Amino acid sequence: MSEVTSSKIPVTVLTGYLGAGKTTLLNRILSENHGKKYAVIVNEFGEIGIDNDLIIGADEEVFEMNNGCICCTVRGDLVRIMDGLMKRKGKFDAIIVETTGLADPAPVAQTFFVDEDVQKNARLDAVVTVADAKWLSDRLKDAPEAKNQIAFADVIVLNKTDLVSKGELAEVEARIRGINPYAKLHRTERCSVALADVLDRGAFDLDRILDIEPSFLEADDHDHDHDHHHHGHDHHHHDHGHGLKHYHDEEMQSLSLKTDKPLDPGMFMPWLQNLVQTEGQKILRSKGILSFRGDDDRYVFQGVHMMLEGDHQRKWKDGEPRESRLVFIGRELPEETIRKGFESCVVS
Amino acid sequence: MTEFTPDPYSPSIVSVTDRVRPVALGMAVTSAHFLSDRIAFVGGEENVALVDASGEVSKVAVHSGGILSTASDGKRLVMGGDDGKVVALNAKGEVTLLATDPKRRWIDAVALHPDGAFAWSAGKVATVKSGKQEEKSLEVPSTVGGLAFAPKGLRVAIAHYNGVTLWFPNMAATAEFLPWAGSHHAVTFSPDNKFLVTAMHEPALHGWRLADNRHMRMTGYPARVRSMSWSAGGKALATSGADTVIMWPFASKDGPMGKEPAMLAPLQARVVTVACNPKSDVLAAGYSDGTVLMVRLEDGAEILVRRNGTPPITALAWNAKGTLLAFSDEAGDAGLLDL
Repeated sequence: MSEVTSSKIPVTVLTGYLGAGKTTLLNRILSENHGKKYAVIVNEFGEIGIDNDLIIGADEEVFEMNNGCICCTVRGDLVRIMDGLMKRKGKFDAIIVETTGLADPAPVAQTFFVDEDVQKNARLDAVVTVADAKWLSDRLKDAPEAKNQIAFADVIVLNKTDLVSKGELAEVEARIRGINPYAKLHRTERCSVALADVLDRGAFDLDRILDIEPSFLEADDHDHDHDHHHHGHDHHHHDHGHGLKHYHDEEMQSLSLKTDKPLDPGMFMPWLQNLVQTEGQKILRSKGILSFRGDDDRYVFQGVHMMLEGDHQRKWKDGEPRESRLVFIGRELPEETIRKGFESCVVS
Repeated sequence: MTEFTPDPYSPSIVSVTDRVRPVALGMAVTSAHFLSDRIAFVGGEENVALVDASGEVSKVAVHSGGILSTASDGKRLVMGGDDGKVVALNAKGEVTLLATDPKRRWIDAVALHPDGAFAWSAGKVATVKSGKQEEKSLEVPSTVGGLAFAPKGLRVAIAHYNGVTLWFPNMAATAEFLPWAGSHHAVTFSPDNKFLVTAMHEPALHGWRLADNRHMRMTGYPARVRSMSWSAGGKALATSGADTVIMWPFASKDGPMGKEPAMLAPLQARVVTVACNPKSDVLAAGYSDGTVLMVRLEDGAEILVRRNGTPPITALAWNAKGTLLAFSDEAGDAGLLDL
């Protein structure tokens, strides 16, 4: 899989609510001295002032696939643009797709799963969401698009941190983590982030689904400022032992499942297929590393809504705990049903 | 579609590979068109390679970027580029600028009418220029996927999301809309003007009988249909997208409704390009593995024109008399075959 993916052109999807700083990040990426050429696909009605040779205006035309799956939407304009861009192969090294502030990232991601021709030439690298430290908390309350973009992200660039107090920053971070604890989070001013942190992430590469522990349990790229003086302006937060705020978002959550007992592949695969078929509209992203009974290989999968892809990855190493771990991020996830279903696939 | 897979290189197959004159174009090729007695191999970007009957190559710069769309009537070749320009090329190698998009948007589709009128699209807007008349434009609800002129009268089919708009640019009446859910790309009229067919984003064709707008669903392809070609006289439509050439019958008044397509020339590779001979019931098929076959429509008899083992065949064209076949693979290794 690695050899195949390496020859494909990586595509970074840049999302973020209006005014968060997408264009700033884009210009930073383009102006940095990296010796690479980018094809940039921007919304035709979006902000201007991008300095790049290869800029393509897109219309964000989303349409449903005629396959009976209602959440199976793709960006038709992207299919067309990718087609045209492939005639100029060799003139650029990577593609950046900037979405509008109100866009749902799912159709963009699904375009790279569903369209055979797009898939042949390009691979989705990561969904990078730029968030405004000052206004994100408000937007999470009144703009479902903003919440979607946070939930969908592989990388979150929390921008304009210079405009908020430490307390406010901790607050907004906790809200982000309440929705998506798995994305890499970078605090920035004027989108000043190392390019390696946003590009070439391989977030959709099955071979790189190595660790699906929540990101904040590892060290993020900064020290945590643990906020001890928060007040009750949200009905669902509680204090962790070490003082890190924790919010539970009423609507959008992540659900993680884990077992050190092997799974029955004959039970698990149909369960997972059925789960994404029936609940796929609610499930934005899913990932898993699985240990099947009688199988010495790790099995990895990932999905966007109803679309799943999975493969045997490699042998379990000696001494490596053969644990199965799954993560779902989604809207109003039926937690009990999913937990029970998962448990029924465990070999007891 | 995969059950019948004879070995194409068994001794029984007739081969004319030794009669092919190879032509090295040295550039990526996306399509080929005859312009009188020369062949225009269209590059992925910037250039067209004009090849004469002796195999001599001359390159002509036509766009300052990617060449996105092409249409030819056998005398001139009209192209749309990502430089926002519509240009025409004739057999002498003369380039004419036909139009420039004011916003320099991509020219996604072009079409050419036998009387010289031409059409192009950028985004949601299709524009027609006919003779000395002013340009006329029509905006459709979403980005144009394909354009085609009807064989009779000045009528344009504009494919887009969820259907096709049929437009008479010279008539005041509102354009007719033929709905069908999904994204429609290339569009083509049958030569008798009775049917309209689109290649969809999903692996399927959709058709309408124009007399009553009855739908024709043509499904079962493993891959998207990228190439369509009407057989001599318009009796059948040959298509790519499977590991055989799929031929839909259009000879009767019902077209392919309720009928099975013919499946010709099966190989262990995907058919990517098809071109029907304009005079006889023979077609040429190009495959994803570089094979080129000539196939007799009547009985499916095959003649090997080019062996496999190269990049996909992206260009296939017949001259107007049907006596010369030109082809090229994606990398520009081309060939000419005199019949």
